[in-house]
Amino acid sequence: MIRSRRRPHRSQGRPPWLLLLPATLGIAFLVLPLAGLLVRAPWPTMAERLAEPQVLQALRLSLVTATLATLACLLLGVPLAWLLARVTFPGRRLLRALITVPLVLPPVVGGVALLLVLGRRGLIGQWLDETLGVTLPFTTAGVVVAEAFVAMPFLVISVEGALRAADTRLEEAAATLGASRMTVFRRVTLPLVAPGVLAGAVLCWARALGEFGATITFAGNFPGQTQTMPLAVYLALETEPEAAVVLSLVLLAVSVAILASLRDRWTGTA
Amino acid sequence: MPKRLPRRLFTRLSRLTVVPLVLAATLSGCGSGAQDASPSGTSSDPSAGGGATTLTVFAAASLTGTFTELGKTFEAANPGTTVRFNFGSSATLAQQIVQGAPADVFAAASPATMKTVTDASLAAAPTTFARNTLQIAVPADNPAKVDDLADLANPKIKVALCAAQVPCGAAAVKALDAAGLKVTPVTLEQDVKATLTKVELGEVDAALVYRTDVIASGGKVKGIDFPEAGKAINDYPVATLTKAPAPDLARKFVDLVLSPRGRDVLTKAGFDAP
Amino acid sequence: MTLRARVVVTRPSFHLDLDLTVAPGEVVALLGPNGAGKTTALRALAGLTPVDDGHITLDGRPLHTLAAEDRPVGMVFQDYLLFPHLSALENVAFGPRCRGVGRARARRTALEWLRRVGLEEYAAVRPGRLSGGQAQRVALARALAAEPRLLLLDEPLAALDAHTRLEIRSRLRRHLADFDGATVLVTHDPLDAMVLADRLVVVENGTVVQEGAPAEVARRPRTDYVARLVGLNLHRGAGAGSQVAVGEVSFSVADPVEGPAFVAFSPSAVALYRTRPDGSPRNLWQAVIEGMERHGDNVRVHLEGPLPVAADVTPAAVAELGLTPGQPIWVSVKATETHAYPA
Repeated sequence: MIRSRRRPHRSQGRPPWLLLLPATLGIAFLVLPLAGLLVRAPWPTMAERLAEPQVLQALRLSLVTATLATLACLLLGVPLAWLLARVTFPGRRLLRALITVPLVLPPVVGGVALLLVLGRRGLIGQWLDETLGVTLPFTTAGVVVAEAFVAMPFLVISVEGALRAADTRLEEAAATLGASRMTVFRRVTLPLVAPGVLAGAVLCWARALGEFGATITFAGNFPGQTQTMPLAVYLALETEPEAAVVLSLVLLAVSVAILASLRDRWTGTA
Repeated sequence: MPKRLPRRLFTRLSRLTVVPLVLAATLSGCGSGAQDASPSGTSSDPSAGGGATTLTVFAAASLTGTFTELGKTFEAANPGTTVRFNFGSSATLAQQIVQGAPADVFAAASPATMKTVTDASLAAAPTTFARNTLQIAVPADNPAKVDDLADLANPKIKVALCAAQVPCGAAAVKALDAAGLKVTPVTLEQDVKATLTKVELGEVDAALVYRTDVIASGGKVKGIDFPEAGKAINDYPVATLTKAPAPDLARKFVDLVLSPRGRDVLTKAGFDAP
Repeated sequence: MTLRARVVVTRPSFHLDLDLTVAPGEVVALLGPNGAGKTTALRALAGLTPVDDGHITLDGRPLHTLAAEDRPVGMVFQDYLLFPHLSALENVAFGPRCRGVGRARARRTALEWLRRVGLEEYAAVRPGRLSGGQAQRVALARALAAEPRLLLLDEPLAALDAHTRLEIRSRLRRHLADFDGATVLVTHDPLDAMVLADRLVVVENGTVVQEGAPAEVARRPRTDYVARLVGLNLHRGAGAGSQVAVGEVSFSVADPVEGPAFVAFSPSAVALYRTRPDGSPRNLWQAVIEGMERHGDNVRVHLEGPLPVAADVTPAAVAELGLTPGQPIWVSVKATETHAYPA
């Protein structure tokens, strides 16, 4: 096992067209809408539109909230994934199914659900308001909450998969060397699943960045406070479709640039 | 099924290049509004040119209740005919029509959105068939004791408005300007239903919405009339579309909307006669 | 540092019940076929598999009440399980670090252990770049660096090729000799067991079937499995003085024995004849050749008859006797090379 690290490189014949054809169609399907945006973009007025303070404001808010939401997801999601992958307890399958609910729930419904729990009159929100004077809706923190709610399953599923694929015997080896469960997690498990955590965090961040429905429903829409790029895009579509295209392109360009640079830096693959 | 499949799916996903992913995420995020219900084409009877049996109506979301009822009336009066609706934000519907969506009738919540379609020469001359008036919507128990428009300027009162880009938001701006009030809302909602939801759940103390929406909420919110609403009355125009696959049915449907029967249904829902 | 243990593990298809005592400095090999429960026993000693019953004490201190990480145990796994994200040095320093040794001192200790296994210059190398033999030595250093009082080795040489194995076996033997705690080694290879262990414990189907010094076990096997391992024919019969009756065959034996007895003899002590040889009818019977195969320089002939027996003959003898499968043949065993001992 230790020796066969280098895999022999099989000489590759021509890929079968039965795979090549749908793959090409798939690429077209995914990339053509992007091309559509590029073609329709109002290039002559681009610079002037980008200079609008509202655009930068929304972009900054999007990046900040998506990053904070990803951090929150890491903080809660990695231990949750560990629980699902490593601890046997009754109701684990049910819990796993429940955790994927935000994936299938229409985000707007997710937003309403968040309001019912964390809103001013919500189950917990009411208490938060009365005892701590904290209300989440219509605040930037509310945006982070909404984004984290929708994006967390991506992280949990990705990390749990990595944990299940990791060799648990390495954790046993660590235990025989005197490592407590926490030390095992910190010094063995986490480094082993780091690529999975990274992949999950990237998915999570991308999902948080594009989040619309739960955000506008739970946190509302107010420039500088809760208006992220997708919200700005949606409202721009109502009156100025060209502005919407510009905003979408900005969001795309920035996110692709960030993800590509992270990819290079963390995985060392171009 | 939720046990294996998603995990495998996402580990695969994570290896793919991020471009399509982000694109998909961005677009799916934007797709949660009401605009993605595009009809799958209007079928017309191929053998008898004019004898179409399906009528496609694009109508503002605020007409959902009334037009669904009128659609049933229309089907009963024209046996063998099916009426299909695409309800959504007027601006989005107008965009869809301009982009070539096959529709027979367009009923908009504002003259401005209708203008998008008439400017493209895609609609016949529109007729105003209903008017909607703003009301102050408050939670049923009215916790902040709002009773006129001036209360909304109180910074202690949380107010939701529609975004200025959508008709109810434009109307709210007009009414507040007419009253000379400066209101700082906590949120600018993307449509009137979303605004209403915030009131229903008690997240805000007041909002400006249409009277029809207050009535449709079935008592979950209370509507308060205010005099400045007269300055911001919203006209609803309807028009047949020039590229209508079923032009005869389209004309008949517009006639129904404008008939006393149509007026009855609309008035019951809170619309004013033009 | 005497280890005293009784380990009981019950699974739906499997029951392990093992008594084990290992003196300080002693190396005990658990020898047995695959699935006998050797590795389960080792994992139970390490605390990685829960026991259903029994006890484990080291110097009178109970071990079975402790979690794996709290037991003074070092373990070398079959495929070493070096941490792939850590260098060889960091792997070896892992144990001392976990036992609360400071970073700098742990690194010094680790480097010293790498020196002892002759891999000082590989300190900074990740396990993926080590050869199998090197990985095995790092794994041993890692287990010993934690200063265990009980060392457990699970098939420590099984993953190595024949050449490396020879070298690593003798290195391992030296390190085990230097270790003053108790050592339990699991293997299915009799040669590893003979070379490395002071005492063999043969495990079959979850229980101990034979125990003793390697030479003793090799000379007097008590099960077919051990007999096969050490290459002897083994039969069970009834002894009466210098005679043992195995079924219808009667053996003259060197050592007198009474009552139930084992008879063991090497395949090379078996002689084959085309016609009935003259002389004593003892140690003589007629059989049929079932098959033949190459065995070293000789040919191993498998015989059917009143006793299933393997015989080693020279290729010249095969030609001379014209041996072919299915052929009837006379079989005799030299009395002086037939060992008998109480069953």
